[in-house]
Amino acid sequence: MSASKNDMRTPFGRVLGMGSAKSGTRDHIRQRVTALAMVPLFLFFVGLLVGLTGADYETARSWLGNPLVAIAALLLIGAAIMHMRIGMQIVIEDYVTGPALRTLSLIANTFFAYAAGIACIYAVAKIGFSA
Amino acid sequence: MADQRQAVARPLSPHLQIYRFTITMAMSIIHRITGVGLYAGSALLAWWLIAAATGPEAYATFQAAAGHWFGQLVLIGYTWALLHHLFGGIRYLLWDEIVATSPKSADIISWLATVAGILGTVLVWAVVFSMRGVI
Repeated sequence: MSASKNDMRTPFGRVLGMGSAKSGTRDHIRQRVTALAMVPLFLFFVGLLVGLTGADYETARSWLGNPLVAIAALLLIGAAIMHMRIGMQIVIEDYVTGPALRTLSLIANTFFAYAAGIACIYAVAKIGFSA
Repeated sequence: MADQRQAVARPLSPHLQIYRFTITMAMSIIHRITGVGLYAGSALLAWWLIAAATGPEAYATFQAAAGHWFGQLVLIGYTWALLHHLFGGIRYLLWDEIVATSPKSADIISWLATVAGILGTVLVWAVVFSMRGVI
């Protein structure tokens, strides 16, 4: 608990004297792991979407209704939502100043991520279970 | 409080315009911009999936929007943003493992990622347009 010139802690942090919460690297690691997961998944889905060029409604549904495609889609959605939420949180924390706007932006980010994620999961599940 | 904070010698960083252009710096900025673009674009992906889950009319509406020239432009932009972010992101995974961290190697893999993103986009859309019989 020395308050030397090289101490990077804030005065508040020094007063609390609790050290780190040991979870500071969680988002960093998650961002890497989801990124790694998405490399093959996204390359697969770019190929799938190219294959669906000009395809009609029935064809698109039958492709998405394939269990393997649907499971890959769900994995991709889960990884993508987690990844984009952390990424946008970092962008907001870097650029949005002002406590109220910052908090609201962070909450809006969470809301958007969950809304988009649940919508995609619901759609894939509905197609899968009705195929 | 304020005085106490100033007493701590925190590291300072010069701002953007001080630096000369480097590919790694440009890639860092573009990585962020494409990331934000992909974030917004996830709404389009959700639209496509919900349209497919809803029914033929909803899907036809989506297809009309996607087939419009502006829709095509957005999709081409989305493809590039995705591939650029993907290949650019692989660099970060390499750097995490202390691979290609020298200034020269960092520049090389940054250019490689840039070229891969552009070539990938051209390849994807060349296949799409040839499947449609446009080219």
